[in-house]
Amino acid sequence: MLKKTLGTFLQTLGKAPLAFIINLGYFTQFVAKSVYNCFMPPFYFRLFGMQFLNIGFYSLPVVGLTTLFAGMVIAIQTYSGISEYGAESVVASVVLISVTRELAPVLSALMVAGRIGAAMAAEIGTMRVTEQIDALITLSANPFRYLIAPRIWAAIIVMPLLVLFGDIIGIFGGYLVGVYKLDFNPANYITNTMDFMKSTDIIMGMVKAGVFGFIISVMGCYHGYRSKGGAQGVGEATTNAVVTASILILIANYLITELFFAR
Amino acid sequence: MAENKIEIRNLYKAFGKKKVLNGVDLDVKKGESLVVIGGSGTGKSVLIKCIQGLLIPDSGSIKIDGVETVETSENIHEKMGMLFQGAALFDSLSVWENVAFVPLGKGKMSKKDAKTEAIRVLRQVGLAPDVADLSPAELSGGMQKRVGLARAIITKPEIIFFDEPTTGLDPIMADVINDLIIESARGLGATTLTITHDMASARKIADRIAMLYHGKIIWIGTVKEMENSDNPYLQQFITGNAQGPIQVEV
Ligand SMILES: Nc1ncnc2c1ncn2[C@@H]1O[C@H](COP(=O)(O)OP(=O)(O)OP(=O)(O)O)[C@@H](O)[C@H]1O
Ligand SMILES: [Mg+2]
Repeated sequence: MLKKTLGTFLQTLGKAPLAFIINLGYFTQFVAKSVYNCFMPPFYFRLFGMQFLNIGFYSLPVVGLTTLFAGMVIAIQTYSGISEYGAESVVASVVLISVTRELAPVLSALMVAGRIGAAMAAEIGTMRVTEQIDALITLSANPFRYLIAPRIWAAIIVMPLLVLFGDIIGIFGGYLVGVYKLDFNPANYITNTMDFMKSTDIIMGMVKAGVFGFIISVMGCYHGYRSKGGAQGVGEATTNAVVTASILILIANYLITELFFAR
Repeated sequence: MAENKIEIRNLYKAFGKKKVLNGVDLDVKKGESLVVIGGSGTGKSVLIKCIQGLLIPDSGSIKIDGVETVETSENIHEKMGMLFQGAALFDSLSVWENVAFVPLGKGKMSKKDAKTEAIRVLRQVGLAPDVADLSPAELSGGMQKRVGLARAIITKPEIIFFDEPTTGLDPIMADVINDLIIESARGLGATTLTITHDMASARKIADRIAMLYHGKIIWIGTVKEMENSDNPYLQQFITGNAQGPIQVEV
């Protein structure tokens, strides 16, 4: 009786929100299971190493390029937006703060989401639709430990390092524009940068990056793991992984920023 | 021989509104080769996935060696091997790493020993040692099935499942696989459950045949009994006739 009433009630509410709630349930369960299995042996160090290399090393060019141009553009925008007076120190500090706090973590994460989130969803999705995940289970290997835990660990650990690298390149981009385009004194630019450098900014950026790494890997694995229906399903999973990861990154970025900087 | 290795009672499984298994009762005796036949989409794969715990049934009981599978804390997978419909080889690993997946993963065997063992089992299924270092994508469908078989039997399982081992193969390769299934099962003394709609294969490897239709086992018996049966559903299926009581939903 109750079930029936509830059924009609939910039906009138419409199917889309219902599907969302059901998926939210699955998703929560999936995340809990993933996190739990991240701490359970066996640990597949070789697979972790492969993911670490794949996410970290091969993302260096893309992260370097994005942060380089971000730093350069911020230098020009800041300069054009302020009076000549004191420009030298303002440009250096704005580049420093915006790169370390926001641009390096967020842009790197979005780039890695496109590169790695998609690859994870495609790889795990293909394993799902070709029954390789079932095969893992029948061979007594837990897919959460074999496939998902190494990816999550690698992403969480490698993202902050990538962002540190992005920080350096981004600041260097600002320096290039400052010195070669705006004719600042190179030594002064460096001194100004050093004066404004705060370890909390850099560490905050790296903490954000760790969170983003978690989001990227979990979204990639989740959509891959739940994909069905052959090549088309895998394609959808790939798109969904990138889109949801990107949105969650931006939301998480706001929340973390508010938590730590809005005083 | 009379002992039941697998005992299934009143098994139900639905996906949303689609009822796939609708009260399946089935016993597989220790050491026998049971073949389940049935049309495409009747739930044959779902049935063996339920037995292996890859899918959770809605209700019903599955016992292996008299123990309820959902309740036991032991790892039921150690007793079982499975050859998947599409072989399901890991494409990120080489052929020998696929075959030696379990021994390698347990870490009880050195890499070198595991490879030697993998090559030995590959030879058993008729593959040359130089296949060992290839990647699964470089193999033909028939070779992939053999590698899948090697991966399933390397652990010497007590129960082996074969999901359509001969589909997609030419008749000669299909027969080679049939022989391999018979040999490897006999060699291990294993109980086997095979799913197929290839009647030639079913006749060759089965001790008993069961037919799945509309979510139930509607007939079970030996090959000889099957040939003489007057069950119209069974007759239509084994003669491959479009006319009869089985309506094909198009
Ligand atoms: N994970 C799943 N989610 C939803 N439906 C499923 C799932 N697995 C199987 N089904 C449905 O269950 C039915 C039976 O599928 P199953 O794969 O067991 O068929 P089969 O008898 O093995 O057929 P075939 O001989 O073609 O392999 C199909 O209609 C399929 O759509
Ligand atoms: Mg099937």
